[in-house]
Amino acid sequence: MSVELDVFVVNTTIMDEEVYQLWLDGYTGLGHNINQLTHIDILDTVIHQSYESCYLSAPSSVNDAVKVRMEGGVLEGCEASAEVLHSDTMDQYRTFQMCERLLHSPVKLANQLLFQIPPHRQVMLIERYYAFDSVFVREVLGKKLSKGTKKDLDDVSAKTGVTLKSCRRQFDNFKRVFKVVEELKGPLVENIRQHFLLSDKLARDYAAIVFFANNRFETGKKKLHYLTFQDFAFCAGQLISNWTVGALDNMVEDMDVDLEKEFLQDLKELKILITDRDLLDQHKSLVCTALRGKTKAFNEMEANFKNLSRGLVNIAAKLTNTKEVRDFFIDLVEKFIEPCRSDKWTAGDMRLYLTHYTNSAHVLDTFKHQVVWDRYMGVIKSCILKMYHD
Amino acid sequence: MPGKLKAKIVAGRHLPVMDRASDLTDAFVEVKFGNTTFKTDVFPKSLNPQWNSEWFKFEVDDEDLQDEPLQITVLDHDTYSANDAIGKVYIDIDPLLSCEAATVISGWLPIYDTIHGIRGEINVLVKVDLFNDLNRFRQSSCGVKFFCTTSIPRCYRVALVHGFVEELVVNEDPEYQWIDRIRTPRASNEARQRLISLMSGELQRKIGLKVLEMGGNAVVGYLQCFDLEGESGLVVRAIGTACTLDKLSPGTAPNTTTHTNTHTLPNTAPTSNACNSPSKDSKEPVFSEDPPHSLSGPPTPLRTLPSSSPPPFSPSKPCSRQSSSSDTDLSLTPRIGMGSGGSVGKEAGPLKTLLRQHTQSALEQREFPIFTLTCFPPGFLVHVGGVVSTRSVKLLDRIHNPVLGNTRSYKLLDWNSVAADEPETRDAWWEEIRQEIKSHAKALGCHAVVGYSESTSICEEVCILSASGTAAMLNPRFMREGCLDTGGSDHRLSRQPHPGMVGSERGEGEVSSTWLGFEDASPPSCGFVHIPYDEFNMPFPAQLTYCYHCRRQKVPDVLFTTIDLPAEAEVTGKGCLIQARLCRTKKKAQGEVNATSISNLLPFMEYELHTQLMNKLKLRSMNALFGLRIQISVGENMLLGLASATGVYLSALPAPGGIQIAGKTPSDLSYDQHISTMQKRIDDTIAKNKELYNIHPPKLFTLDPEAFTGLNTECIEEVVGSPIPDRQRSSRLFRSTSESSDELSELDLSHGKKDAFVLEIDDTDAVEDIQSLLTDAPIPAGFYSCNTEVMPGIHNWTSGLQMFTSVRVYRLSNANLTNQGLNKIFTDLCENLLKSLYFKLRSMIPCCLCHLNFTVAVPEEELIQVAVTAVAMSFDKETQQAADKALTREGFVCFPGSGENEEQLQFSMELCGESTISNNQPTAKPSGVPESAMVHSSRAPSVDYGSFADRCSTWLELLRLKAHTIRRGSVKTSRRTQLLAHSVSSSERCSPLPEGRSRSLRSTRSLPCGAPVTVVKMTPLSFLPGTRIVKYLGIINMFFIRETTSLREEGGVSGFLHSFIAEVFAMVRAHVAALGGNALVSYSMKECVFMENPNKNQAQCLINVSGDAVIFIRESDQEAIPPLLTSRQTSSTGADGTT
Repeated sequence: MSVELDVFVVNTTIMDEEVYQLWLDGYTGLGHNINQLTHIDILDTVIHQSYESCYLSAPSSVNDAVKVRMEGGVLEGCEASAEVLHSDTMDQYRTFQMCERLLHSPVKLANQLLFQIPPHRQVMLIERYYAFDSVFVREVLGKKLSKGTKKDLDDVSAKTGVTLKSCRRQFDNFKRVFKVVEELKGPLVENIRQHFLLSDKLARDYAAIVFFANNRFETGKKKLHYLTFQDFAFCAGQLISNWTVGALDNMVEDMDVDLEKEFLQDLKELKILITDRDLLDQHKSLVCTALRGKTKAFNEMEANFKNLSRGLVNIAAKLTNTKEVRDFFIDLVEKFIEPCRSDKWTAGDMRLYLTHYTNSAHVLDTFKHQVVWDRYMGVIKSCILKMYHD
Repeated sequence: MPGKLKAKIVAGRHLPVMDRASDLTDAFVEVKFGNTTFKTDVFPKSLNPQWNSEWFKFEVDDEDLQDEPLQITVLDHDTYSANDAIGKVYIDIDPLLSCEAATVISGWLPIYDTIHGIRGEINVLVKVDLFNDLNRFRQSSCGVKFFCTTSIPRCYRVALVHGFVEELVVNEDPEYQWIDRIRTPRASNEARQRLISLMSGELQRKIGLKVLEMGGNAVVGYLQCFDLEGESGLVVRAIGTACTLDKLSPGTAPNTTTHTNTHTLPNTAPTSNACNSPSKDSKEPVFSEDPPHSLSGPPTPLRTLPSSSPPPFSPSKPCSRQSSSSDTDLSLTPRIGMGSGGSVGKEAGPLKTLLRQHTQSALEQREFPIFTLTCFPPGFLVHVGGVVSTRSVKLLDRIHNPVLGNTRSYKLLDWNSVAADEPETRDAWWEEIRQEIKSHAKALGCHAVVGYSESTSICEEVCILSASGTAAMLNPRFMREGCLDTGGSDHRLSRQPHPGMVGSERGEGEVSSTWLGFEDASPPSCGFVHIPYDEFNMPFPAQLTYCYHCRRQKVPDVLFTTIDLPAEAEVTGKGCLIQARLCRTKKKAQGEVNATSISNLLPFMEYELHTQLMNKLKLRSMNALFGLRIQISVGENMLLGLASATGVYLSALPAPGGIQIAGKTPSDLSYDQHISTMQKRIDDTIAKNKELYNIHPPKLFTLDPEAFTGLNTECIEEVVGSPIPDRQRSSRLFRSTSESSDELSELDLSHGKKDAFVLEIDDTDAVEDIQSLLTDAPIPAGFYSCNTEVMPGIHNWTSGLQMFTSVRVYRLSNANLTNQGLNKIFTDLCENLLKSLYFKLRSMIPCCLCHLNFTVAVPEEELIQVAVTAVAMSFDKETQQAADKALTREGFVCFPGSGENEEQLQFSMELCGESTISNNQPTAKPSGVPESAMVHSSRAPSVDYGSFADRCSTWLELLRLKAHTIRRGSVKTSRRTQLLAHSVSSSERCSPLPEGRSRSLRSTRSLPCGAPVTVVKMTPLSFLPGTRIVKYLGIINMFFIRETTSLREEGGVSGFLHSFIAEVFAMVRAHVAALGGNALVSYSMKECVFMENPNKNQAQCLINVSGDAVIFIRESDQEAIPPLLTSRQTSSTGADGTT
């Protein structure tokens, strides 16, 4: 006797969050026509070959999910067998698969009629569907969201331990959000939140991902490995809210994704801080006066001032070149963070230094670019502070 | 006479991409009714078109309005090729034709395609202007209300029950027409969907006409079925109960909050003196709060029945004896060789019936005293005899079929005119069956059949027609003109004690005198179990004892019925689902031979199913079955039998004996050992079940001398041990093969003086029985299950509810299975399915699966299909216990049935008492204490998603309230009720408005605010816990076909069916919402035919669903509706306090 067909449909769609997570994590449902527990292993390979493109990534399939659930102790307290669990898992997987289409445009989920899902469950479904693994996002952050990148996902999967299926879902999510938001006007985070009904936190993360992908910031270099996604997301947030067109005027036609060209041009003017010798010395003495006695690393600060200042100002000056923009983070690390770290500055030292470094420039008589300077240093300061850790 | 149908196409959304190049669609809409078609403009390049069309107006006959659906087709405009259809929407206009139902259909409806499923949604507006037709010869029956619900709909009062209505229409199945060979599957499916829609409409119209003829205005318990007879055609048939219903205006609406009727107050509170004298009524808070709901004035102590009441209906003894013996002639006739002619015995039936017609009863004169209702107004049901059922095997004749290749269109009327004799054949078949049912009922001394239903099972050209119901004595009051009021007056009457009358009028065994006078209106809670037949000439062997409740009347030892548990019934403990499953192989055969072999098998199957039921009932220590439904499905090489029912322990019936195993030849020691271990296991199981279902029959020893005699002669014996032939054991299930009453009358009751049900183990069947008995897996903790409307013993439902459908198809891999092997497989299959349900619904614990409806089918050789539809309802465990405890302490006899009523009665009053006292004037009214001595505990207010936070925030407040309650000497406390009370009171505090005002304010606040999609609840029950149905919007009866030619790509058979069922649910919900409703009650999936051809990567499925679209309001909101009522209540309680 074998089960040929087995479905369970409810009026108010109930979804087990645990099973949903398993599904999202890529414990993939076998091309759903296989219900026979006993034959599953033999069929696995066959199915795997024919359906890989549509449904499958991991051949071990729903059995894995069942196993995980059993180990998780779902059956405790219920007089149920593995068979029951398998049937339940299949039902839920089918539901998720049917829902997936709707999750691609979450706004639809709210007014579709096929599944009656309580609002708070909808929120959960969307939020979890768009959640991503930080290890994974770290790998693709700043990469072009293209087919080429997608093809390399199996390497990413192998490297991160995230299943290929899950990698693809996450990648597709990034791409989908990117495509929708790319052409929209107005604030990036708000757009994402409205079109994908994500929580504020997740919307901000997606904004960062989109921003990085759009500007193609380099994040994969070995020197940047110590930085987490959250570090980058914070920096992206800073850049978005201070350096883009939308940063000054939300109503501007252009959008949040690109850095403001004029501002980048203006940054060139900051070069005077390092090209003009007097100005550089004056700046240094102002900073040193302010810092003296307040930190143990004072000597190193004084010794390195010119180098560090050159580093920061050069980064600013180079930003007009899109290629250089990509290296923004690597430059920050190489030109500023690494020297400081080798001098064993504490985070407090860093804050102190940057504060005085920024403020002292205002006192310089011949330095006329205060506004641009503040706009630049404000972001640089918070980025460096965020990035300055082990 | 014309009516004007108006339709407006507003917009579309989520349309599929029809043009690959642009990824967009150029959509337009065709609106068709009858032969008239309108078109909207093309809305170019959009997946969310806004047509905003003009009003398309159709001027049509109301007859057409009833028959035809409005057909809306969405198409993609194509400049160069033919326009592609996106999908269709069929809208049933019927709900708009009754003034009391919906007035407009407006909303988003899914666009459905039989190949692709749901493809976007369309927003439409439909209205009807109807000019009433008073022509006597009209063919339409607009305005007759239809209800699937098998009880009197909640917001109506039954004035008159007219009786049985039936109709059937026949047509050629488009799937089997020659044209089907050349048209696309889509066209064929759509032709079929449209035809069935047309036929349903016509059927409903014709039934409506019959109802109007009878003078009724509604059909309750409307059951429509399809018989897909393949090449011989398509039959749509329907049965129902014609009634005259009066709408209750909201102000006078009785507080029938949920499933039970508040107006019946069973005499189950012997310690409460309230029922002893009417004069005390107004002082006794326990009882005083209910009347204001139904009575406008102060409680009238005693309202007498109209003195003009015709002579009471009383079937005299000789009559019933006669009827049962003459019935024997009928039923002895074996049903073999069922051609189209039917059985021989039946010809004699109607004649004889005519001869001995009882002239005294109006009911008896009816052709079919049959009722599809399963739930009755209090007092309606007088006695219940037992289950009557009939099966008949027919060969679907092809003679009537037109020659294939006939080019006639499948238009309904054409067909009817050509093959006019066709429906008559089918009619005749059913007529026979109903006659037989009627005669069976007579044999049981009953004049009516209730809880009646009909079904068919078709395999190739063989068709089994089945009908079953419960023989019953009904109160003739409801059949007469001018009889009234199931509401207030009944309630008043039923509460009046009639000590004198009860004693004097009820002679032992004198059934005829029980329907006199007031007794009409006040059946004791045990009345319905009293035997309606003659004690000395019983139609089947049964052990009679004196009723354990009233000690006056005889009751059988076991009672089987197809109806729901009457509200007044007293039940000990809880109930549970009991199933008997059976599989029998049969040789493949053709035609007559096949039919004969099937009809030969049927009696044995019924017998075995019955034995199984009986054993399982005993094993659970219960003595009655409700909602019994026996389904026998025929396949090519096997027959499946599945009997489901809800077992309960009726307090009025004797305690069931145990099950005793006896070896026939106690030869050696090991054998004895084996038997004794078996016996032990069985005894253990019984003990365990008693505990599980909380069956501790109360030992009530009244000091009634008559009762004592009853006790002395009490015999718990079982008949089965008696030397009557085996077959007779099953006689409680009346079949046409049941034994003659001559034999029965010879039966000596003393034969069975053993205290247990004996299973002889030598019998291989018995071994099998025991195996199946003990292999039934126990229900996991926290779950209960039943197939009736509600579970006896559970009252405090929360609003948590989940309707589900589960379908499984099993392939029997082994071709040569024995009966026993098959049985095992079939049993496992059902058990596994149940287990699976329990697991999937574990998050709802504690909960009860109600209305578990199993449908089995043998779609192909080696395949078994089981479909289950039910609703899981969670209940509040803590409150339940608290309630039980409190009741016990209060000194009530803790009959769950009665407890429930008490609670209901106290509900509204408590609310108002609580809030007034504890918040407005906490100390000023110490005299108010007695009213609020009891806190209502059940009927939790419905809590919406995410209201938990509210709950927490008010927790402190609650504690405070609780303290109040305790100080005032309250016994019963309930978290939920206090919550409710609190929420009321908090709003009062913020506003100095009078109570009534502030409540209505609250209700407006809690009105649903612009949710994107209306939440539509669905339930197979006739009610939603914690809510009140305020309006019935009309019947939903939908038929869908879904086909695929890419089965694998859609996820295999499971994926295909899963999405189809989900789509059906979605469409039902959308149509309910478009009618303005927020729930579908009495939902049922009547047909789920699934066919697959995996080799061709194809599958097809047909689903038919139905139910009543309703508007419900939460019980908490309900308080706000009649402010008058609340204020009156306050004043009345205040007055009470001062006296």
